[in-house]
Amino acid sequence: MSAFAGHYAYWITIFLMVAGMYILIARGNLLKKLIGLALLQTSVYLLYIAPAKLIGGSAPIIAGGFSTYSNPLPHVLILTAIVVGVATLALGLALVVRIRETYGSIEEDEILALDSADDG
Amino acid sequence: MKDDIILRVIAKLVMPFMLLFALYVQFHGDLGPGGGFQAGVIAAAAIVFYAIIFGLPAGRKLAPEWLVEKILAVGVLLYAGVGIAGLFLGGTYLDYFVLDADPVHGQHRGIFWVEVGVALTVSGTMLKLFYMFAGRGRDGEEL
Amino acid sequence: MAVAVVAMATQRNLFGVVVLFSIYSFLMATVLFALDAVDVAMTEAAVGAGVSTVLLLGALYLTGGTEAKPLHRPLIPLALAIAVGALLAYGMLGLPAFSDPEAPIHAHVAPRYLGEGLKETGVPNIVTAVLASYRGYDTLGETVVIFTGGAGVIALLRRRRRNGS
Repeated sequence: MSAFAGHYAYWITIFLMVAGMYILIARGNLLKKLIGLALLQTSVYLLYIAPAKLIGGSAPIIAGGFSTYSNPLPHVLILTAIVVGVATLALGLALVVRIRETYGSIEEDEILALDSADDG
Repeated sequence: MKDDIILRVIAKLVMPFMLLFALYVQFHGDLGPGGGFQAGVIAAAAIVFYAIIFGLPAGRKLAPEWLVEKILAVGVLLYAGVGIAGLFLGGTYLDYFVLDADPVHGQHRGIFWVEVGVALTVSGTMLKLFYMFAGRGRDGEEL
Repeated sequence: MAVAVVAMATQRNLFGVVVLFSIYSFLMATVLFALDAVDVAMTEAAVGAGVSTVLLLGALYLTGGTEAKPLHRPLIPLALAIAVGALLAYGMLGLPAFSDPEAPIHAHVAPRYLGEGLKETGVPNIVTAVLASYRGYDTLGETVVIFTGGAGVIALLRRRRRNGS
């Protein structure tokens, strides 16, 4: 039971990660795939930030009256990761818009059918 | 949406506060949560808010496209430039200690300019992305 | 948040999915704030619930509103996802418990940054100090990545002037 209670944050992270992965591979709509990717990314943020917290600590800003601080290093990494994630999302969305204009649809099955009809 | 008077009044009231808050977050990044990224995104969000309510052409008049593109690029150049200034003044690349006589003050200067560069690039990119996505009519015709 | 994610997976109206994504981002920002990550929470709220939602809505307007019904039941992806989840759970049991002060993450580099950061840089916000000064190269790379993302979208979506028409 302590494996459950002591690792509660990790269970949530695993659930979110698996759900994001499932949306990414199981759905054919390109836009929904991108949203699944974004979900996967946010679950990784939780994975990094959860171990950094110290109960009884405060945010890592040095000020009088506080003695323990939460660990600032994962915050730095995740700050970078969030902004890089939005850049990736923007590029992916631009690609989806162009695919829509070229193929007329954003469903994976229809695009593959159109492609093989062109080749064969 | 610009015919709805409630939205217009609220937008005119709220937008200056949003921009002011963006500047506050930028310059108080040293003392509280904040810094370049947050400030850039909030500033871009303020102008996106204006463009959503008053229409894209009004937004484009407020922040013209060529200006946004230049700001995008200037941010990265500013950041790299701080590094090169460190080289010229005798230290290594991106060394802040040599930027001033007192090393700690040099750190302050370096961090300040670097955060300004980051905020410029982030706000320029977010705004440019919004313009690109919102300005493209359906089926690819120019709006 | 789990409810939002499950609803997102099953919803087929894409506008609803985007709104649920925005709600999920706000909830994530609140959770991050509760975990003392104030900078990260502010960035996640601004970026995830603000910019990402706006971009998704823009792309949604340009593409179309509904997802098609899947032709076959996605059993293999479900099994794959559950298998990956089981592997992750197995690996996770070896990690230290939540908020354990003896965990290795708190032992080596962090005390030095927390102790020396204010003296060496003069900046009380340690996250900004590490981001802009100690790990300044990484932030330079990140700024270049954002710039590249913007340039890539411009390259993809810019219209070439058609001659004569």
